Amino acid sequence: MQSTTASDEFLKGIWKENPVFVHVLGLCPMLAVTNSAINAIAMGLATFFVLVGSSTLVSLFRNLIPRQVRISCYIIIIATFVTVADYTLQALVPVVHKELGAFVPLIVVNCMILGRQEAFASKHNVKLAVADAFGVAIGFIFALFILGGLREILGNGSLFGISLFGPNFEPWVIMLLPPGGFIMLGLILLFFNWLKQKKDNLVEQLATKELV
Amino acid sequence: MDNLIWIFISALLVNNFVFSYFLGLCPFFGVSGRLETALRLGLASTFVMLITAICTWFLNTYILIYAPYLRLISFIVVVASTVQFVEMVIKKFSPALFKALGIYLPLITTNCAILGFAIFSTNRGYGFGEGIIFALGAGGGFTLALVLMAGLREENELSSIPQVVKGTAMSMIIAGILSLAFMGFSGLFSS
Repeated sequence: MQSTTASDEFLKGIWKENPVFVHVLGLCPMLAVTNSAINAIAMGLATFFVLVGSSTLVSLFRNLIPRQVRISCYIIIIATFVTVADYTLQALVPVVHKELGAFVPLIVVNCMILGRQEAFASKHNVKLAVADAFGVAIGFIFALFILGGLREILGNGSLFGISLFGPNFEPWVIMLLPPGGFIMLGLILLFFNWLKQKKDNLVEQLATKELV
Repeated sequence: MDNLIWIFISALLVNNFVFSYFLGLCPFFGVSGRLETALRLGLASTFVMLITAICTWFLNTYILIYAPYLRLISFIVVVASTVQFVEMVIKKFSPALFKALGIYLPLITTNCAILGFAIFSTNRGYGFGEGIIFALGAGGGFTLALVLMAGLREENELSSIPQVVKGTAMSMIIAGILSLAFMGFSGLFSS
């Protein structure tokens, strides 16, 4: 029973409750760094590390942290992990770290992370909290990758820096600029809405059929 | 003096926090439903930015030169306590405003525009005066973005659009178009 619940928590974060496409959380880093697939992945991995680390700690200390000051405690735990991630990226991949710039420290105020601590990790045991953090973080990386990949393909004609269409491709530069980020995410959300509506219609049709 | 004006205009229009740095998007999409709340939240955020500017300058000059790795943690603590302080002051002196702002006041803590502002002004090495001007510009730009968006969304509520586009998807595309318009300001300094 325990293991199925853990895997449920894990899977739920990836698709059904995807933090970006369904809950529309963590938008700031999402849009700012997704002008290329590689930046998106680096940001995703940093967020993954911070989310899993802080969920583990918060879940371990959940009985020790007084309710009144819990938010401050979570923020300080998160800030510690972000500092570690920031310095690690700087040491390992200085080029990517420079591209991401101020957005690595800004992981602290990613509402998705604080949201998971408040809504999940502070109420469940370590195993479930870690499973949930893994799911949500992978869902986040997935969303970042989709957005970053699409923007890089359209705006630069390449993926991970490898040219896809040959020299005759006229890049759609606006996709790499801020407006492109908003519009592309809007279109993706539209697609998800459309999927949901289609599914709802189908369910309704089936229900009426059964009644008849 | 020219330098200060440049910093102000740049933060207000050209490098608007919302439209070109993607900072403060959560309140931007969450609170921009009504014009009045949008304006009030914008002003409260500007005020928090001003206080943060002063505090971070002190931290940077006197403390963080000895322990640079504590930067992030100390900034977030400063932001959180400023918000708490502002909350208490408003509650004491203007209970009506406190009630109107409601839940949005404590949420300023996790507004990335505030922390982003602190980090940017540190990275660019701004002094005391520059920091204050930058706070005014960035806060003004954030307020401007919120108010513009709220006005558009109020109109949008009344128009007939397909069910499937309603909600965040529509707001996102409106934001994209607004951001496109703000890109025009980058021509302001090129000549």
